[in-house]
Amino acid sequence: MSPTARSNGGAKPATKPATKPATKPAAKATAPAARAGGKPKLAIFGAASCGGCDIAIVNIHEHILEVAAAFEIVLWPTIMDGKYSDIEAMEDGEITVTLVSGSMRTDETVHLARLLRRKSKLMVAFGSCASEGCIPGLANLSSRKQILDTAFSTTSTDNPEGIRPIWEYQAPEGVLHLPEFEPMLRTLEQVVDVDYTIPGCPPESKQIWAALQAVVAALDGTGPLPPKGAVLGAGESTVCDECARRRDVKKIDHFVRIQQVASFDPEICLLEQGLPCNGPATRNGCGALCPSVAAPCIGCYGAAEGVVDYGARLMSAYASVIVASKPDEIDKVLDGIADPAGQFYRFSLAASLLRSSRTAWNTDGEQ
Amino acid sequence: MTAEHSHLPVEGEIRIGVYVCHCGSNIAGVVDVAEVARWAAENLRDQGVVVARDYKFMCSSPGQEFVTDDIKKYGLNRIVVAACSPHLHENTFRTATARGGLNPYLCELVSIREQDSWVHTDKAAATVKAKAILAGGVERVRRNEPLSPMTVDINPATLVVGGGIAGISATLEIADAGFKVYLVEKDPSIGGHMAQFDKTFPTLDCAACILTPKMLTAGTHPNVELLTWSEVEKVEGYVGNFTVTVRKKARYVNEDLCNGCGVCQEKCPKKVLDEVFEAGLGYRKAIYTPFAQAVPRTPVIDRPNCTYFEKGTCKACEKFCETNAIDFNQQDTVLTLEVGNIILATGYDLFDARKMQQYGYGQLPNVFTSLEFERLSNSAGPTNGHIVLRDGVTEPKSVAIVHCVGSRDKNHNSYCSAICCMQSLKFAHLVKEHTEATIYDFYIDMRTPGKGYDEFYQRIMEEGGIFVRGKPAEITDVARTVEEEGKLILQVEDTLIGQQRRFPVDMVILSSALEPRADAKELAVRFGISCSFDGWAIEKHPKLDPVATMTEGIFVAGCVSGPKDIPASVAQGAAAAARVLGRIQQKKMNLEPIKATVDAEHCSGCRICNTMCPYNAISFDDAKGVSSINVAMCQGCGTCIAACPAGAISGTGFSDEQVLAQIEGLLRIGADGMRPHRSGFPTTHHEAIEEAVRA
Repeated sequence: MSPTARSNGGAKPATKPATKPATKPAAKATAPAARAGGKPKLAIFGAASCGGCDIAIVNIHEHILEVAAAFEIVLWPTIMDGKYSDIEAMEDGEITVTLVSGSMRTDETVHLARLLRRKSKLMVAFGSCASEGCIPGLANLSSRKQILDTAFSTTSTDNPEGIRPIWEYQAPEGVLHLPEFEPMLRTLEQVVDVDYTIPGCPPESKQIWAALQAVVAALDGTGPLPPKGAVLGAGESTVCDECARRRDVKKIDHFVRIQQVASFDPEICLLEQGLPCNGPATRNGCGALCPSVAAPCIGCYGAAEGVVDYGARLMSAYASVIVASKPDEIDKVLDGIADPAGQFYRFSLAASLLRSSRTAWNTDGEQ
Repeated sequence: MTAEHSHLPVEGEIRIGVYVCHCGSNIAGVVDVAEVARWAAENLRDQGVVVARDYKFMCSSPGQEFVTDDIKKYGLNRIVVAACSPHLHENTFRTATARGGLNPYLCELVSIREQDSWVHTDKAAATVKAKAILAGGVERVRRNEPLSPMTVDINPATLVVGGGIAGISATLEIADAGFKVYLVEKDPSIGGHMAQFDKTFPTLDCAACILTPKMLTAGTHPNVELLTWSEVEKVEGYVGNFTVTVRKKARYVNEDLCNGCGVCQEKCPKKVLDEVFEAGLGYRKAIYTPFAQAVPRTPVIDRPNCTYFEKGTCKACEKFCETNAIDFNQQDTVLTLEVGNIILATGYDLFDARKMQQYGYGQLPNVFTSLEFERLSNSAGPTNGHIVLRDGVTEPKSVAIVHCVGSRDKNHNSYCSAICCMQSLKFAHLVKEHTEATIYDFYIDMRTPGKGYDEFYQRIMEEGGIFVRGKPAEITDVARTVEEEGKLILQVEDTLIGQQRRFPVDMVILSSALEPRADAKELAVRFGISCSFDGWAIEKHPKLDPVATMTEGIFVAGCVSGPKDIPASVAQGAAAAARVLGRIQQKKMNLEPIKATVDAEHCSGCRICNTMCPYNAISFDDAKGVSSINVAMCQGCGTCIAACPAGAISGTGFSDEQVLAQIEGLLRIGADGMRPHRSGFPTTHHEAIEEAVRA
C-alpha cells in the first residue's frame, strides 16, 4: 500500500487539510432541483480502493448511457480525464451527486473528500471501502510503522538502500508534497457528512442501477428522495433472508474451514454444517450469491439495518449457538475459527466501535 | 444542596431532575456528592437537567419527596437517581416518580455505590466516575419511554421441590391456608436429611418425634399432592403460569392398592447395602421404604437390584402382597402440572471426605462421616443406637471429632458450613451419653450463634469434653509409640499452646461440610435462577429478600441457598410460603414491561435465537420464515437481543439507542477535564479520531 498511490497527476492539496471536518451544506429534505439550463452534475471518485467499484458501475452495461444522459459527469478519474482544479473552481453545492468509493488512507484522499463534500449536494459512500473501510481497513490492526516496515523492508521487498517515503521533499524548484500516509484508515463518514450509503464489495450492478434510478427519479420529481442516512441498493434484513438453504435450530459443536471438507450438504444451512457463514449478520441485497454455491458469506454487504458493530453482533451470535458448556470445550470450538479478525471484521474494522487494534491506536504517531 | 436553573417548560422539552444520594457515608465517604450534583446542574443543562440535588438518604421519606415535589414544581418529565444498585431501590424511586404523576419508567436509577464508592478509594477519581455514570443515566433517560406493566393471573397452585424439612414447612403453610400444593421429592419418602438424625441441637429433641408428624400431615393433607420418587424435568412459562413436567419414576407398586403393610419388604430375599439413608452402614431389601416412618408408606422396587428384574424369577413380594399392589409392568409416568409459583427446597449434599486423603476416610475403617455417626447414634439405626466401631461390637474408649472438614478450607470450600460446630457438640454429647469414651473436639474457631447455642457449648464443656484448638494435619494408623499402637492418631498443632501434639483414639468423626447438590447448576438452569460459582442458589437480596430469586415466581428455602440449620430452614420454608401466599392472594400481578420483540421485517429467519430463550418464549414461524416472541413468556432478560446478528430483536427499555446513548454519556466526562486516555476506550466522536490522527 504505497503512500504514493493515486497521486493522480501530482495533484497535491493546495493547502494543508484543515484539522476539523469542513462544514458542509445540509442535505435538503426536498429533492434538489436540477440547475436551470443544465443537467445535474455527477462526480465519481475513488479514494483508497481497488477499482472494483468503478467496474461494478460500468457493469450496468447500456444503462450507463442513461446515466450519461441524465447527468453531466464532472469527475470520474478511472474513466475520463478531469482536473481537481476544475472541481475547486466550482461553486459550493454545484455537484448534485458524488459517489465516493474507497477509504480515507492519505491526507490527499481526505482533502478531496472534503472538497467534494463542499461542492456536492448529495454525498454517497459507495461500496464497502467508503462505507466501512473494507479490506484496506484491516491495516488498522497494525501501526503505521509496522505497515511501512512490511511494505519497504521485508524480505520480499527489493530495497537494498532502505528507502522510505517522505512526505515533503526539497527539490530545486521548491518543496514537493507527497500524499501523507495517515496513521489510521478512516471511512468516508468518519471524515465528512454522508447522505447515503450503497454497500457491497463491490455493490451488485443491478442494485447500483436501482439506486441510481431512485436518485434520478427524485431529481425528476417522479419519486421521493430517500431520507438522509438511508442505505440504498440493499435490503433491511440479512443474507439468510435471500438464502434458499434449509434452516433448523442452530447448535454448533465445531467450525471447519471450507478446504477441510470435501463437500457440503447442498440443502442445509452452511453455518449448521460448521462453516462459519456470515450470512446471519450481513445485510441482504446480493441475492445470497455465495452461500448458493456453498461458499460461506464473508460479509461484504456490511451490517444489517440499525446494527452498530457488525463483528460484535456476529461474534455474539456465534457464541450464542455453540453447544459446549465447559471453558476448554468452548475454546476448542472457537479454535475452529482460524482468523477471528478476518472472520468478523474483514470488511468493517475501520467502522467498528474499536476502529483499530490497540497497537495501531497507541503508536499511530510513529514513523 | 440544590442547584437549579429553571425557566418555563417548553412543549416537548425534556426536563430532568437529578438526585444524588449520600447513602450516609456509603457513597459520600468516597464520592463528593455535592460536587456531582453541582456539576450535573451546570454541565448537563444542555441534556435537559433542570434541577440537581444531593441528600443524605434519598430513599427516605423526605428524599423521595424531593422527587415527587420537584416533578410538579419544575415540570420535570424525567428522573435520574444516582444511588445504590437498581436491585435495591429502583422500585422505590419508580414509585416516587409515579406519585409525582409521571410514568414510573421515566425514572432511571444509576449505581454510584456498588459500581463506584464501594470499589474505589481514590476520592477524586471516584467523584469523576460518579459524574460519568450520572451523565450516562441522563443520556439514557432522555430516550426512556412511558411503559405500562402487563397484568397476568396467578394460578393458586404451588409446586414445592424437595421434601426435606424446609419443603415440608412451606408445603404445610400453603396447604393450611387452603391452596393446592404439589410436593415433589426425588427419593421414595419425604423427610430429607432430618429423617436420618437422632437428636437435634441444642434442645436434643428427638428428630423423628418432631419431624414424622409433619411428614404424615403433609402426606395426608387434602390440599397436598405428594409426588415422591419423582423429578422435575422441565419448567416452562412465567410467574403465575408455570407449566411443569414431572417424571414419576416407576415404583412397580400400585400406590392406590398398597396399604403399606410391609410384608413385601419382610419377604423379599434380596438384601442391598443402603448407601443413601443408612449412609452405607445398614442394609435394606430390594423392595423398600427408606425407613419405618416413611411417607408415603408405599415401597419402591430397586430395579437394578431386584432378583426378578435380574433373573426373571422370584416375585416373592407379589406372592405375599394381600392387595395385589405389585406391578412389575409399571412404567414411568410424565405429569404436566400447572402452577403459579415454585419453591425450591432441594437441600444439600455432604462433602465427600475421601477428597481429604490425609484424614483416611475410606481407608481407615474407624474414621466416620457425620452422617454415618448420625445413623450410628440413632436408636432406629443399624446399631440400634449403639456407638460402636466399624466391627459392629467394640465400644470406643476415645473419640475424636474433627470440625471444618471441607469447609473453611481454601482447597475445598472457603465458606463456613454453619452447622458443623453445633453438630459436633451434639456428637460429643451423644458419645458421652452412650459410652464411657474420652472425647476430643478439634476446632478452628467455635461458632455458636443462635438461641441456646453457646449455652449448649458451655454444657458440653462441663460434661468433660476436651477441646483442642487446631485443625488436624493428618489422621494415621502408623504408631510411633506403644500407646499409639492399634489406634488412630491425630497429628495436630494445638494453636493455644503452639505445639505439635498427637492424639491416639479409637474412633474419629469428620464433621463434613455442606455442599450444594451435585446437580445444583443444572437445577438452576432448569428453573431459570442464578447460582453462585459453588452452586448455592442466589437470593434476590441476601438480607431483605432471602427467599425470593431474581426470577419472579421462583422462591428458595433451606440449604439450597447455603448451609442452614433446622430452625433456619423451617423459618425459610414458612417465609417462602408467606411470599407465595401473598402472590396467590393478589390473584393478579404486574409484570415488568421490559420485553423483547422481533421486527419481522428485519428478521431473516436465521434461527440463531431459537435455542437462546431461557423461558422458551421464542418460536419459529415456518410459513413466514421468521422467529417471534411470546410477550407473556418473555422476561426481558435480553439474551436473544444480544444473540440476534441482524439486530432484528429489540428490548423495551433497553434499545440499542438507549444503551449506546448511555455509553456516550459515560464518555462525555472527557469534555470536563478527564479526557479518556488514548490507550483506553476511544471515544466515539469524530473529533477524537481526528485528534488522534493528527497527533
